[in-house]
Amino acid sequence: MTVAVSVRQLRKAFGPVRALDGIDLDVREGEFFGLLGPNGAGKTTLISILAGLTRADAGAVSVMGYDVVADYRQARRSLGVVPQELVFDPFFTVRETLRFQAGYFGLRKTDAWIDEILAKLGLTDKAHANMRSLSGGMKRRVLVGQALVHKPQVIVLDEPTAGVDVGLRQSLWAFVRELNQSGHTIILTTHYLEEAEELCGRIAMLKEGRVVALEEKQTLLHGYEGVTIRITAPAAPAAFAGKLVRREGDVLFFNLANYAELEQLLAAYRTGGIRFTDLALQEADLEDVFLRIMGRAS
Amino acid sequence: MSSGWLTLLYKELLRFWKVAFQTILAPVITALLYLLIFSHTLEGRVSVYDGRVGYTAFLIPGLVMMSVLQNAFANSSSSLIQSKITGNLIFILLPPLSPLEIFGAYVLAAMGRGLVVGGGVFLVTLWFAPPGFLAGFPHPFWTLAFACLGSAILGTLGLIAGIWAEKFDQLAAFQNFVILPLTFLSGVFYSIHSLPPFWQGLSRFNPFFYMIDGFRYGFFGLSDVPPATSLLVVGGSALGLSLVTLLLLQRGYKLRQ
Ligand SMILES: Nc1ncnc2c1ncn2[C@@H]1O[C@H](COP(=O)(O)OP(=O)(O)OP(=O)(O)O)[C@@H](O)[C@H]1O
Ligand SMILES: [Mg+2]
Repeated sequence: MTVAVSVRQLRKAFGPVRALDGIDLDVREGEFFGLLGPNGAGKTTLISILAGLTRADAGAVSVMGYDVVADYRQARRSLGVVPQELVFDPFFTVRETLRFQAGYFGLRKTDAWIDEILAKLGLTDKAHANMRSLSGGMKRRVLVGQALVHKPQVIVLDEPTAGVDVGLRQSLWAFVRELNQSGHTIILTTHYLEEAEELCGRIAMLKEGRVVALEEKQTLLHGYEGVTIRITAPAAPAAFAGKLVRREGDVLFFNLANYAELEQLLAAYRTGGIRFTDLALQEADLEDVFLRIMGRAS
Repeated sequence: MSSGWLTLLYKELLRFWKVAFQTILAPVITALLYLLIFSHTLEGRVSVYDGRVGYTAFLIPGLVMMSVLQNAFANSSSSLIQSKITGNLIFILLPPLSPLEIFGAYVLAAMGRGLVVGGGVFLVTLWFAPPGFLAGFPHPFWTLAFACLGSAILGTLGLIAGIWAEKFDQLAAFQNFVILPLTFLSGVFYSIHSLPPFWQGLSRFNPFFYMIDGFRYGFFGLSDVPPATSLLVVGGSALGLSLVTLLLLQRGYKLRQ
């Protein structure tokens, strides 16, 4: 196994906030790796340290075997980052932006590859448009392009689909998948859990600067034993309040250990005199796992 | 060293070139206004170098150098603070550019802008220069050396200010409380020999004074202090400030938290 990204005992504090509190993880070469966690979990901080944008307080990080501080040149050559914030330079056009980015890596005569990137991202007809004139989703695509100009082995996408329409989201994922299949290592953060479920092989979940889960996606989903029940009812029986994991108006979601508990739940509804109008069994999805892990970790 | 920094230099040059109206034309006009007002009101009333040089002739190199300095500072400081505030600084923090490469690109671009504006001011003010102004010009290489070193120093100061400032008003404060007084009190508009002894003494602690004095020496072969002394002071300042800036970049001070 070749390690694409290695993180050891990584710590970073911003004043009293421990953004990263001892992170250990390895991403293998060629993986499609998901980095999940609620707002403020430390995902962006981790990525910033990986990219050399932020200095760690303690610990070591390497990309393709290159330490991000000691061998920063090689480390940065191996890494492409799509930042979470929608940033751009209003002085330049789309093509200039991509050309400059390639140039900063010492690459010349990159027009053919830039044309290919523009085509893949649906930006060909915007090549000469000023960055300022692009819509938010288009600016996001340029950011993706900028991360790819130097053909890095490891590509990190920090919430790349925020504010991107469905059509582009599909084509973006097709493109990223293609990159993954051609050998690139992908690290993805997203709040759309169905995206992570569809795309990622292995998933790390972060909470308050710690890794609270790090598994193959299948293991995570199957490790989720028990049953999720969706019931439409005005309330939950008092005895089952602890098993209620989510609520959307009248729709209640319970996590139960087994079917025997389901019988007890239904009995509790009957004896409590609470009427329910709809009942369904749910397949475990990443969202359930996520909520359960985040709930347990607190 | 890879060639990445050349792209950064090119980008920085293109950045001011694309808005040449504000970055080149506007300062040239400002300098021209200074020239018209001051030379009109002071010509014949102020004696410089014991009357060996007319006031307008004396003022022209001062204004040229002032424009070189102010625009070099403006270029690196405004580029950096804009990139910091809009967040696009990450585009140059992500690639494998070394501190020296970042420093070199920003400072050379700042020198470029300073020298282009200075050249513009020179050409325009020549129109108003007294006859025979250029007949002398005994030491053009001294002039060029001080223009290059001065713009390098101010480009470096702009970089320091841009690294330090987190908001536009902090940068404006740096400009108003440091750069502007140092330029105005450096002898752009007068020879320090016309100042009372106290202010004369104080001026000698102002590195900008040496830049302007040395620059002017090239035009007239006359100066308040020997040009070699000025070169030493200015060269030393350039070296010292460069080392400080490289250290800040190396540490990632305020740029890589
Ligand atoms: N520059 C900074 N200064 C102060 N605090 C910071 C800074 N950057 C991050 N933090 C804090 O560190 C913690 C982790 O933030 P981070 O941006 O890494 O979270 P995240 O997992 O990316 O969240 P999100 O899903 O919202 O993007 C948060 O508490 C945040 O407020
Ligand atoms: Mg984030």
